[in-house]
Amino acid sequence: MGYTLNFAVVWANLPQLLWGLVLGLELAAASLLIGTVIGLVGGFLSVGRSSLGRFIAATYVAVVRNTPLLVIVLMLYFALPDLGVRLDKVPSFITALSLYSGAYLTEVFRAGLMTVPKGLVEAGKSIGLTRLQISLFVVSPVMLRNVLPALGSTFVSLFKDTSIAATIAVPELTFQARKINVESFRVIETWTVASAFYITACFTIVALLRGVERRFPKF
Amino acid sequence: MNEFLAEAWDARDAIVGGLLQTLSISATSIVLGTLVGILVGIVLVYGAWPARLVCRTYVDIMRGTPVLVLVLAAFYMPTVLAIHLTPFEAGVLALALFCGSHIGELIRGALQAIPRGQTEAAKAIGLTFSGVLLDVLLPQAVRSLLPPWVNTCVEMVKASTLLSVIGTGELLLRTQEIIGRNFLTLQFYLLAGGLYLVINFAIEQAGKALERRVAYR
Repeated sequence: MGYTLNFAVVWANLPQLLWGLVLGLELAAASLLIGTVIGLVGGFLSVGRSSLGRFIAATYVAVVRNTPLLVIVLMLYFALPDLGVRLDKVPSFITALSLYSGAYLTEVFRAGLMTVPKGLVEAGKSIGLTRLQISLFVVSPVMLRNVLPALGSTFVSLFKDTSIAATIAVPELTFQARKINVESFRVIETWTVASAFYITACFTIVALLRGVERRFPKF
Repeated sequence: MNEFLAEAWDARDAIVGGLLQTLSISATSIVLGTLVGILVGIVLVYGAWPARLVCRTYVDIMRGTPVLVLVLAAFYMPTVLAIHLTPFEAGVLALALFCGSHIGELIRGALQAIPRGQTEAAKAIGLTFSGVLLDVLLPQAVRSLLPPWVNTCVEMVKASTLLSVIGTGELLLRTQEIIGRNFLTLQFYLLAGGLYLVINFAIEQAGKALERRVAYR
């Protein structure tokens, strides 16, 4: 074998790795936020009355969920300029990840909307709320609480997906790890530390979400 | 458009080759991953605690790490330990390990969701452990397993694109090479995206047909 572990290079580059981790979390959070808006629209469309709306939502979900994220990322970054839309690395990646998460969240919200008891909608109608008001103030809060666990696991997988940003040179954790790897060839150390960072972050997020779920009682 | 068709026709060997490579990467890692997953799932439910601990650690590490990191680690790490893997082998190793952890969790969940009475009844009529597992529990688990298993297959086809990063000549890397030659960026990325869509759609439909076959009648 003849390979001795030496973590010195990795520790010397710790700030870059940590900032990479933070950038990954920011990318995931931004995409989750935009994806939630897309997913809410898609979710309401897919349980709505308009057949065109249901068709649009179903097509969007089928197309995006069956296309690899890497292809979407590369398409938005390298092919959109052909159509005259030139986005910088980070906005381009956030757009791609938002579109991607929007499809998954459409499914999450669709499932969530179907679990909202009918009586609530009827109660809303009987006190004279409009359909928009019922959607916004009656159905959405209950649905959002019910989908909280699914929302949390979506965030965790989005955070893991931010590693793909490394392929278009966004300096997040995987990009930094790869840089250290090729500069120093401390292969084992670099990837062990990088993956430990990811695992720790994922488990911390999961633990925090469990806390949030406990604070809001399930409807 | 004509230019694109001409270029696509010129590149047909590369595209078909890449497509086959993508299919063989996905199929190999799904088969290996399913075998690993069945083993891990059974150990997670019935294993002695040291074995459970090992499997739990494996599953948590694999599921907490992005696939891209696993692929890169599988590509770089074995070399320093004097194990030489081709990019294809390293990539399939990473995907199979990733797939195995996900399927292990699926199987654990499916087995634990079967009512205890089933196991007790099977024991009461004198079945051995393997009899209980093979003849009573697994056939029931298959029904609840099938939809998430099909989802995992789709995820594996999508994850196979990550092997382009370590230089395996699958569909995405071939597409990038073609684009590098003719600069028809949008057209060829759309073509690649469309091909992935077709593969995954076919898997989904096959899964649905299979579900109907094993459904309660």
